[in-house]
Amino acid sequence: MTTDSAITDADTGTVSGKTKAAARPFRLAFPPLSGTLRPRQLTVTAGLAVAVFAALCWHVSIGEYGIPLADVVRALTGSGDAGTLLVVQELRLPRAMTGLLAGIAFGMSGALLQTMTRNPLASPDMIGLTQGAGTAVVAGIVLGWDFGLGTQALGLFGALASALIVYGLAWRRGTTGYRIILVGIGVSWICLSATDYLLARGGRFQAQAALGWLVGNLNGRDWQQAAPLAYALVVLVPTALLIGRLMRTLQLGDDVAKGLGTRVQTVRLTVLLTGVGLVAFATAAAGPVAFVALAAPQIAQRLCRTAWPPPLAAGLTGALVVLASDVLARELIPGTELPVGIVTGVLGAPVLLWLLIRVNRAGSGG
Amino acid sequence: MSTAEPDLRAEGLHLGYDDRAVVSGLDLAVPPGRITAIVGANACGKSTLLRALARLLAPRDGAVSLDGRALHSIPTRELAQQLGILPQSPVAPEGLTVIDLVNRGRSPHQTWWRQWTKADEQAVHDALAATGTTDLADRAVDELSGGQRQRAWIAMAVAQGTPVLLLDEPTTYLDLAHQIDVLDLVVDLNRREGRTIVMVLHDLNQACRYADHVIAMKKGDIVAEGAPADVITAETVEDVFGLRCQVTTDPVSRTPLVIPVGRHHAPEPDSDSEEQESRPRKQ
Repeated sequence: MTTDSAITDADTGTVSGKTKAAARPFRLAFPPLSGTLRPRQLTVTAGLAVAVFAALCWHVSIGEYGIPLADVVRALTGSGDAGTLLVVQELRLPRAMTGLLAGIAFGMSGALLQTMTRNPLASPDMIGLTQGAGTAVVAGIVLGWDFGLGTQALGLFGALASALIVYGLAWRRGTTGYRIILVGIGVSWICLSATDYLLARGGRFQAQAALGWLVGNLNGRDWQQAAPLAYALVVLVPTALLIGRLMRTLQLGDDVAKGLGTRVQTVRLTVLLTGVGLVAFATAAAGPVAFVALAAPQIAQRLCRTAWPPPLAAGLTGALVVLASDVLARELIPGTELPVGIVTGVLGAPVLLWLLIRVNRAGSGG
Repeated sequence: MSTAEPDLRAEGLHLGYDDRAVVSGLDLAVPPGRITAIVGANACGKSTLLRALARLLAPRDGAVSLDGRALHSIPTRELAQQLGILPQSPVAPEGLTVIDLVNRGRSPHQTWWRQWTKADEQAVHDALAATGTTDLADRAVDELSGGQRQRAWIAMAVAQGTPVLLLDEPTTYLDLAHQIDVLDLVVDLNRREGRTIVMVLHDLNQACRYADHVIAMKKGDIVAEGAPADVITAETVEDVFGLRCQVTTDPVSRTPLVIPVGRHHAPEPDSDSEEQESRPRKQ
């Protein structure tokens, strides 16, 4: 347009020079199928997948006695000597896989909720879902229910219940992301208080067991914990990837999204339920591993240079963070195994502070 | 875009929030293929009406219809292919590029298996060109100036390819040059592509110049509607805004030009009249 060229030129001087050099998505078409491909996102995701596999092998290779990486890879494919096979497949792999799968679930769940609410602070560990699962599981331990399947069911129940409470209380002619965060923070404190009360009430032994779980822990995980999580992810991960497309318009605000033909409340509820399912199964298996759901999507978003946290890359980043943290947790103090949640907490807290500062500066908190 | 003239109308429309009624029994037919401007004082219900026309707000009674079908009976996606809305001051997520924003305008035309067709690509290309944002395509929306940002959002609405386009105060927070820039763009969209446009505007003189049809609202009712020269008279403006004014002719466009009187600057006689309720208003 010729009329506005003068205005546009005058503007460029005032706008900050840092132009986004993100590669454009390009079109892929195999009629009747078509879609877009983002080269950078694809490369980063592939890189993350390789890194996660490497971390998994590293994780399995360390322990009471070290196994060479080559033998680990061989044992993972089902060959090698019987002793190594037993140690890798029966003793070490369940723990590593629990960490990997929980990391994927936490990362994806965070990506979904952050995109839905348009706020990086709205991860499941900030809006009461993790805390709800925690209260339910601690209640189970303290009031005498068993570990194993009991924990899974209780964690799922707790996270679902707190999600429904948050959604219900935040509902006023529909819900907005901002209200979900405010109500969620309230609910998470109620859950924390309830957990504290249960811990104070319970016997010393049960309180100790509950505390061990509450910090997020991969010690002594076997296939009994990993399997339900794996089954859940078979359903939830594809769902998360499919609704990612519908969420794109939600990022532009409810009115714009409706104008673009998105059924906002339906999509929001689906996203919420998927996010809750992911975080509930992961929490039940590994405990509320701190900050992974908050930090992983933000790291993935910056690696991919997108304006939203890409779910798949966020999940892989989550897996990488949990596996690397667990390796650190086991190696940091010789002879002692720290719970993985302590390491992710120490690493994640600075990320939270940085996000808070950034959200305030950008004025995008609401 | 369908070539048939879209027929958007409201009948016996009642609108409100919670226990507050905003619009009570309003009838309206949007002239197809024209630019309509809705004007009125703050809180007169003009944005509420626009939201109802776009189905962002459900009527309490009465109905809005498009081509003879009640709006609420049209499937969400189908409606989004017929009617686009740009709300007031939308916010893009940090770092979202203009091209990514405009791409999202194509969502109502996409399905799981058909996410990005040649037609989508063409529509986005044309929308960028029509709004003069082709050179900004790879910039982040939040880094743009107000005028550029508004053009990027309009580009998104243009890419949606709807015969009807509703704009809620598209010139808010823009300086005068950018306001004119955006309004010229609206006229381009109407003349070149034949789109029916309804916009809420604050500035009466801009409404007179850029709209073919003006709807003046007061307290949820339509006080007057028609061609700008018929609607914008000293009497209507005083009635609608409570503002005394003189109306002359815009020397450039030959449309009505509203000159507010105010309390201080008129040479005579009303500086002593205390009953004058009207506040001075920048128009």
